[in-house]
Amino acid sequence: MKASVDETGKKMGMWLFLYTEIILFGGLFVLYAVYFSRFTADFIQGGKQLSLFFGAFNTVILLLSSFTVAASITAVQKGQKKAAVMNLLVSILCGVVFLINKYVEWGEKIHHGIYPNSDTLTGMSSGQNIFFGLYYVITGLHGLHIIIGLILLLVALFAVSSGRVTASRFMLLENSGLYWHLVDLIWIFIFPLFYLVI
Amino acid sequence: MGHQPSQHIIEYKTLGLVFIALLAMTGVTIAASTIDLGKLNVWVALLIASVKGSLVLLYFMHMKYESRVLWLSFLTTVFFLAIMISFTFWDIAFR
Amino acid sequence: MKATASFFETPEPARFKGILSWLITLDHKRIGLMYLFVILFWFLLAIFLGGLIRLELMFEGQTIMEPEIYNSVFTLHGVIMIFLFIIPALPAVFGNFFLPIQIGADDVFFPKLNLLSWYLYILGGIVAIISLFSDGFPDTGWTFYVPFSISTNTNVSTAVFAAFILGMASMLTGLNFITTIHRMRRPGMGWMQMPLFTWSLYATSWVQLLATPVVSITLVLVILERFFSVGLFDATRGGDPILYQHLFWMYSHPAVYIMILPGMGVISEIIPVFARKSIFGYKAIVISSLTIAIAGSLVWAHHMYTSGMSDTAVFVFSLLTFIVAIPSAIKVFSWVSTLYKGSIEMTPPLFLSLCFIYLFSVGGLTGLVLGAAGPDIHVHDTHFVVAHFHFTMFGGTGFAFFAALHYWWPKMFGRMYNFKAAYIGAILLTGGFMFHYVPMFVLGLMGMPRRYFDYLPQFAQGNFYAGFGAVFIILGIVIMMINLGVSFKRERDAAADPWGGTTLEWMTPSPPPLHNFVGEPVVDKYPYDFTRVVAKHAPGGQED
Repeated sequence: MKASVDETGKKMGMWLFLYTEIILFGGLFVLYAVYFSRFTADFIQGGKQLSLFFGAFNTVILLLSSFTVAASITAVQKGQKKAAVMNLLVSILCGVVFLINKYVEWGEKIHHGIYPNSDTLTGMSSGQNIFFGLYYVITGLHGLHIIIGLILLLVALFAVSSGRVTASRFMLLENSGLYWHLVDLIWIFIFPLFYLVI
Repeated sequence: MGHQPSQHIIEYKTLGLVFIALLAMTGVTIAASTIDLGKLNVWVALLIASVKGSLVLLYFMHMKYESRVLWLSFLTTVFFLAIMISFTFWDIAFR
Repeated sequence: MKATASFFETPEPARFKGILSWLITLDHKRIGLMYLFVILFWFLLAIFLGGLIRLELMFEGQTIMEPEIYNSVFTLHGVIMIFLFIIPALPAVFGNFFLPIQIGADDVFFPKLNLLSWYLYILGGIVAIISLFSDGFPDTGWTFYVPFSISTNTNVSTAVFAAFILGMASMLTGLNFITTIHRMRRPGMGWMQMPLFTWSLYATSWVQLLATPVVSITLVLVILERFFSVGLFDATRGGDPILYQHLFWMYSHPAVYIMILPGMGVISEIIPVFARKSIFGYKAIVISSLTIAIAGSLVWAHHMYTSGMSDTAVFVFSLLTFIVAIPSAIKVFSWVSTLYKGSIEMTPPLFLSLCFIYLFSVGGLTGLVLGAAGPDIHVHDTHFVVAHFHFTMFGGTGFAFFAALHYWWPKMFGRMYNFKAAYIGAILLTGGFMFHYVPMFVLGLMGMPRRYFDYLPQFAQGNFYAGFGAVFIILGIVIMMINLGVSFKRERDAAADPWGGTTLEWMTPSPPPLHNFVGEPVVDKYPYDFTRVVAKHAPGGQED
């Protein structure tokens, strides 16, 4: 039935899926755009309460993980299996560190009583309530995508180390990588919109 | 049925340079956020983010070497996203 | 003629027999038929619920149910019809079955994903049922508008989650079709050799892919609001309820083109075949499909003129709405021009297609009344709107579904049905349809609101007529279904090309073999060239 495996088609399917992810986050960015224009001052106030250190650090490690995923594909193409595995391991490690950071960050905010429907938050101005509401929804959804991305990277890792992914057939790795890059891409926009609003 | 296109290998060096550029731009965007440009700040931040995003897209995601179909379809998606946001402002900006 | 075994006899994967050979099949034709049976079940259920609504409204005051039950019944009718019938009906059933055949492929690009979509669809249906039997029937209407959807005590979360899952199924089907069309066309089939049904599915798939995620995230937000009270749509906490409507219609307006575009594709297939004449304006129809897909994404806020959004937005969206009318009109003109001076052979699929053109045109033109901001403020949320979208959705997509069913039935099952009974069913359906919905236009103009349990005495006459028409609609559909069902008793003797079609599905036995073709299908330079068909059937056009 399958005369030849159409790798390009598989990649295309993955891209189409990524488009749906872009639009999924897009819906939230519509909300962000509207509320930012309405509550600019409150958003700036809210942004100052987020930790720039955590945001910047997470940006750097996500960029690093993206780089290592891309490098692992180059390694596979060159037939350097060991380098590919190492690069993927770094990416997965970075993803885990990202999640731990997020956990600490959220935990600290929740400790200060800032979480949806909390007395502290509803006591603040409407704009700040919306800012933190969006913060939790958007970074939460993003975190969920990090988890899915990690699972995909793990699958790819096993496929590389078991030799199912080779220089001539690496679409599984490529597609997992594409997903991971997209998660990174979305974070590139989340970072300035929340941590750097002024 | 499809023929395999010749796979393009992106060298480590290129990837490394892109990574350094991304780090540099992260620094730039943080620096830019300390200067008060009023309403321009958010646009500057978005511009830098777009450039960073384009780098990820072109090199890490290999878009630079992809077919026209993917280029077109990606741009369509971005276009639709732009419509979603901008057309909502027909309401928000004039309410 | 029957040298090859059909896909009914050769399961894929081959080791499974009986019911398993269906439930875990990777064959796009079997998946299409599985969709058909489930979708028909939902359709008949929702028709029944619709009948209950009209029965309740037939007389003033309470007739057969309590007001709360009435709210749930119209919600269910809407949710089932929209998410479980109209959106998947044509792409999932006929798209699955015929898209690969029309482009000369042996399956869709991702067969496993295709099966997964079917299971998501089933799961969505099951979750929808569960939402009914826990914490009361949802009573929000299919639009789930905030703030009511967030504050009502009924089980909105589960119903919304069902819609989310169904959205995912629809998205994955779209993804699959786009990849299939890009990667699996038979050599020789360029973009301009593609049949128009396939083209319409291509445009539809893009809308499914790019618009559905918007509603997914919106529905997720409703669930989050219900559980965590984030306040993103809550005006007392800085949220903006109108933004919910923006996000909802950002999907749901393009979704009406997900519903109608494949229907237009079906009509574009049927009309030339029975006019024995090449389709008028092949390229214009292709371009108009794509234009509808694009322009349809720019007009969502015309559902919101009375919501309190800015007047500028009302003006802009009203203006843009008129643009969508152009490509739709191009299609109608093309169909009519195809019929002009054709050698028309009347058959049930053509009859239903003609009804489609008429009903859809009325639906489209009344849409302009609603698209213009001035009159819309008068008739907004009245029965005029109800009549309008039933003319397009039921008179349009519904009739296209019936036409497709009658057109491709012999190909799918290898059995022809009784023409006379099919005509009787179609005539009853169309007549009942007019009797049912035309009074609603009048009621709407008189000011009768939609979704109300009771009405003022001056609306009694119109509502009585409408209820009367409903009886004929249901009768027509029952006759139609029984007639199709009875065909299973017949011999499986339908010819490979019973109608004189020219697209690839008619070049293979009825029903098709597992890999769709016996030998290599030959792709014509132009999909609607009838010279061979006319020569074969000349001079009287008598066959079968």
